[in-house]
Amino acid sequence: MTITVNLNEATVNKVLAKHNNDASMLVAILQDVQTELNYLPKEALVTISECLDVPLSRVYSVVTFFKAFSLKPRGRHSIHVCMGTACHVRGAEKVLDKLETDLCLCAGETSTDMKFTLETVNCVGACALGPVVVVDNEYVGQVNTDKVKSILESCK
Amino acid sequence: MALIQTKNIRLNSKKELEDHRDGLNFNTQASQRVITVCCGTGCLAYGASKLAQAFRDEIKSQGMELQVTVKTTGCHGFCERGPLVVIRPENTLYQRVKFGDVAEIVTETISRNNVIERLLYSAPGSTDKITCEHDVPFYKKQMRLVFGANGYIDPTSLDDYIAIGGYAALSKALFEMTADDVIDEIRHSGLRGRGGGGFATGAKWQSTREVDDALKYVICNCDEGDPGAFMDRSLMEGNPHSIIEGMLIAAYAVGAHEGYIYIRHEYPVALQNAELAIKQAKSAGLLGEAILGSEFSFDVKISQGGGAFVCGESTALMASVEGRVGEPRAKYVHTSEKGLWDHPTVLNNVETLANVPLIINKGADWFYEIGTANSKGTKIFSLVGKVNNTGLIEVPMGITLREIIYDIGGGIPNGKKFKAVQTGGPSGGCLPEDKLDLNVDFDELSKAGSMMGSGAMIVMDEDNCMVDIARYFLSFLEGESCGKCVPCREGLKRMRQILDRIIAGDGQEGDIETLTDLSEALTMGALCGLGGSAGNPVLSTLRHFQNEYEAHIKDKRCPAGVCKPLITYNIIDGNCTGCNLCVKACPVNAITSQGKKQPVILDQTKCTKCGACYDVCRLDAVEVK
Repeated sequence: MTITVNLNEATVNKVLAKHNNDASMLVAILQDVQTELNYLPKEALVTISECLDVPLSRVYSVVTFFKAFSLKPRGRHSIHVCMGTACHVRGAEKVLDKLETDLCLCAGETSTDMKFTLETVNCVGACALGPVVVVDNEYVGQVNTDKVKSILESCK
Repeated sequence: MALIQTKNIRLNSKKELEDHRDGLNFNTQASQRVITVCCGTGCLAYGASKLAQAFRDEIKSQGMELQVTVKTTGCHGFCERGPLVVIRPENTLYQRVKFGDVAEIVTETISRNNVIERLLYSAPGSTDKITCEHDVPFYKKQMRLVFGANGYIDPTSLDDYIAIGGYAALSKALFEMTADDVIDEIRHSGLRGRGGGGFATGAKWQSTREVDDALKYVICNCDEGDPGAFMDRSLMEGNPHSIIEGMLIAAYAVGAHEGYIYIRHEYPVALQNAELAIKQAKSAGLLGEAILGSEFSFDVKISQGGGAFVCGESTALMASVEGRVGEPRAKYVHTSEKGLWDHPTVLNNVETLANVPLIINKGADWFYEIGTANSKGTKIFSLVGKVNNTGLIEVPMGITLREIIYDIGGGIPNGKKFKAVQTGGPSGGCLPEDKLDLNVDFDELSKAGSMMGSGAMIVMDEDNCMVDIARYFLSFLEGESCGKCVPCREGLKRMRQILDRIIAGDGQEGDIETLTDLSEALTMGALCGLGGSAGNPVLSTLRHFQNEYEAHIKDKRCPAGVCKPLITYNIIDGNCTGCNLCVKACPVNAITSQGKKQPVILDQTKCTKCGACYDVCRLDAVEVK
């Protein structure tokens, strides 16, 4: 356990150094740390707060305000269903329904085996292809309920 | 991605920039063939980057590296038909290109100059093949001033941008114009902010310039939280230097020396290309100290968003740049006077800034000629939803909705009937068929109860329920409201609850009036633009589609067959051949087979109305009522 914490701290320090410990880069720092660690553990927030001299309460309020951040570990595969208007009018709701049924997860949850995290996002800016599902940062366009199975199978 | 970047060069004067450009022109005159592969987000989703690599490998294996260049570009706009490949200088457009086509394109089109017919575009319902990119109806009625360069340049190459005249406007502004001249030029052009507000850009710059403060900022807003809009993304991904040039000119005009590009985290490619462009511009002497050898200095940093729609609001965006929670504040004092860290700040949208170099290069009069009386120039719209040719289009202001949807967009797919077009994102409104001949500009859209917004245009057909759409926008805005002011926090929630009730079949007499009252209260009482315009989707759907609300409330019926509690799925026995596709698709075993050639039976008590059976049925044997 100690090793994990130390590793986390090293990663956080590396990110902080990249941004010159600049408090105005808080959002970017949190993003980079999350990319490295897959979520934002408490120890990371404490380190960030101390190094930037920003109160922990403010770091926490920023983390909980922006949708991009997660305080819980995420699964190995992230599935984001775009709920933008263009996707909505072409049936994004049905696609989300199907994913929730097949994965036995509600949007925002991670499967107990840590394989999948299912999330919704309000527009990824690929509106011409709606409905869009982003699987591990790869865009899959014109998704319908039929395609859901192959999307899940592609995640190994 | 292989980068073809010439030697690291620093440009120390206007002349050095021009000489460098001439050198580049000289190189491109060698009648080189260029294969441009669109690598916008849409085409990437179809595998465009692997396709580009396949072209590179094929060119190499055929030993033609010296005669042919493979170029990956930003979005060409015609996302519906991706991946797109254009062979220049002939401008032959190949659409839906697959890996298997690569060798044939190189052998036939590049070596033998033969056009491959099956890869050409033909309009829906026509068999005529169109060879040239600019003859395709989707492109024909467009005026691609800002967006056109996307299809020609590699966004990761500074030289590509310089070769098409990049940074000429900057050098013109720096060496031939005073700051006041620049502001005058922008003011006379009539340019209005493309982010949604439509505020006169020249006036905005002027007010920042007039404030006496040594420290001023220029911010480029690439947050684009508007669902349905992706033009800022495509510009930032496909032509980042044009935006940096726009920022430089803005900074020179107002006297700023520092700037930020605020990019949402959902746009990783935009972030990557903007970072690279900043690096390139710095090392070439186009950003940083003593730009092009002049006395002017300006530096740009990137600030990342965290996925909050409210950060499109200027004061919230600045709070986020400062590393705080993105909550807006009341604008008693404008951000042009007290913005980022309380210093005067110019905040412009990506598309607005991309227009600036064009105006400086070609002059205010040229720009003023395009468009309508009070809306000048072109506007990029994302044309999406239920329309045949989805993608990004750039059209002169004043074009009609009908021209956009039918001539450029190719009409509604599958022979369905047009119902409405939603413009302006969650703060905009839905316009019905009788508004199709409306001339699209800032004022006409506002008069019709909608707005320009960032330029999202979502087309809906008869299968879309307008009550559901209104509820969708309200729940979107409810989730995105920062919760700082009561009208927005409470008002949106109550409105959404009323709509939930209507959709559940529990609508009551008086609901429509309450919704109207609450919308108006929000307009008057909310702190920022998010709440202030949140009533628009409800008011505009009520204005144009009140009959649908009444059908939900009085008849407990959803005419479009969308709202789950009010619909049932039924099997039409006459059409059903017992193919059993629906039996396999049904997740709750509500459909049972009666044997071959016998219609299936749907058990309404088990049915969860997920619509899986409707989606898989190829015989129209599932109806929704």
